[in-house]
Amino acid sequence: MRDVAIVSFAQSNAAREDRNEVEILLPVVKAAVADSKLERSEIGFTCSGSSDFLQGQPFAFVMALDGVGAWPPIKESHVEMDGAWALYEAWVKIQTGEVDSALVYAFGKTSSGDLAEVQALQLDPYCATQLWPDADSIAGIQARLYLERSGRSERDLAEVAARSLRDAQSNPHAVAKGDFDAAKLLAEPYRSTPLRDHDCPANSDGATAMVVVAGERAKALCDRPVWIRGFDHRIDPPALGARDLTRAPSAEIAAGRAGVGDAAVDFAELSAPYTHQELILREALGLGDEVRVNPSGGTLCAHTMMSCGLNRIGDAARRLAEGDGDRAVAHASQGHCLQQNLVCVLEGE
Amino acid sequence: MSELPTPLKSIVTPVRLEYDHSAGAAATGFLRGLKQKKILGARTGPGEPVLVPPRGADPRTSELAAELVEVSDKGTVVTYSVVRVPSENIPFELPYVCVTVLLDGANLGFFHVLQNCPLDEVRIGMRVQAHWLPDDELQENLASIQYFEPIDEPDVPFDRIKEYA
Repeated sequence: MRDVAIVSFAQSNAAREDRNEVEILLPVVKAAVADSKLERSEIGFTCSGSSDFLQGQPFAFVMALDGVGAWPPIKESHVEMDGAWALYEAWVKIQTGEVDSALVYAFGKTSSGDLAEVQALQLDPYCATQLWPDADSIAGIQARLYLERSGRSERDLAEVAARSLRDAQSNPHAVAKGDFDAAKLLAEPYRSTPLRDHDCPANSDGATAMVVVAGERAKALCDRPVWIRGFDHRIDPPALGARDLTRAPSAEIAAGRAGVGDAAVDFAELSAPYTHQELILREALGLGDEVRVNPSGGTLCAHTMMSCGLNRIGDAARRLAEGDGDRAVAHASQGHCLQQNLVCVLEGE
Repeated sequence: MSELPTPLKSIVTPVRLEYDHSAGAAATGFLRGLKQKKILGARTGPGEPVLVPPRGADPRTSELAAELVEVSDKGTVVTYSVVRVPSENIPFELPYVCVTVLLDGANLGFFHVLQNCPLDEVRIGMRVQAHWLPDDELQENLASIQYFEPIDEPDVPFDRIKEYA
């Protein structure tokens, strides 16, 4: 295996952007490339993650290249997945030896449409989408089952929200933040029982970019390279009735293959759009109560769909690069009810 | 072996999603210009290529192209094609000519439709001008330009436009 390090990372999140995707993406890509200290022409591969359904515009990801710089022509690829999967593709490309570095980016404007409705299109078009189950309703079904199975309570969910919102106060990129008392949060009305507003993600618009570099070159580029030590992703069946929604078997397998349990974990960044999903993921990844989760506030506090998983990896890498811990776990998810999961183990030099 | 059932050929599953789209700074400037009977391009700075319509960045450098620049509604045909295939979305009678016009002052071809020109007279290098809707019907919409049409100016030699053809 080739050692691959995250050498730079930039992001932007806002509750609503009036700029177009190119205008949002351009300064973020520029910042990540500048911070990498590589010339753009030195970067061997470019890979992105986005979804045209968010924009309601076909081939939107091709237009985004205007903000990335594809002249002279570059080697480029795209996944209709969170940018974390684009990072995975870039990592594999580097493993093949074909390239030594890559620019990875992702973007999403959730404010253009009704995100919970747009997400209904991920379901089986013949037998599920017709009913238009929005994402919050489906998450509610999962949360109800989870509370029933685990013996946890709505209070536990409110505690997750309160802690995340509190931690988000020190993250300039979080869009929801504040000092809230769990007991007070419980007095708020339900959105989709047993979930209240604070249990559901703060949707946001934004972009993320990251540069990854292999081996010795990475050491020369940054003071403390953050190495990708384990990387895996797995998927569960899409049909909601076909799996136990209270667990995330694909996350569990990905965590095992990425080696999460091989050594102590200082902190974790988990992409859980809903509060109960953080608890399901903690269990699937084998993270004990002593492991700090989502010091950034997490996806709950800035749900820039398609970017938020890559943000978890970037936020974890930045924290390690700053010397705040030596080993971290970052996670991304996609699909309803944590259907697809990616786990990345990071270590500071 | 049992027979497969008769396949179901279709079901009705209406899909409707509404988007509250924001055009972004560059396209907003361009579209507002059309309502004022102006064609606005954008560039990254003085002396840099003027891109029409603007999309936010100069795709060659990926620098922000935020400076709006008005270009002429006259230009030169750099390429064309005669269309003989119907499309529900096109209001023009067949056959019609689609053209790429290098507007005076622009550095990027502008796509539109040519009218009022016999098919055998269309040629690369010919001079054309936008035909606008009446002033009180102009909108923030590319349809404010109904079509391009020939004007009585001498052709531009190919050498001067080949970079854009």
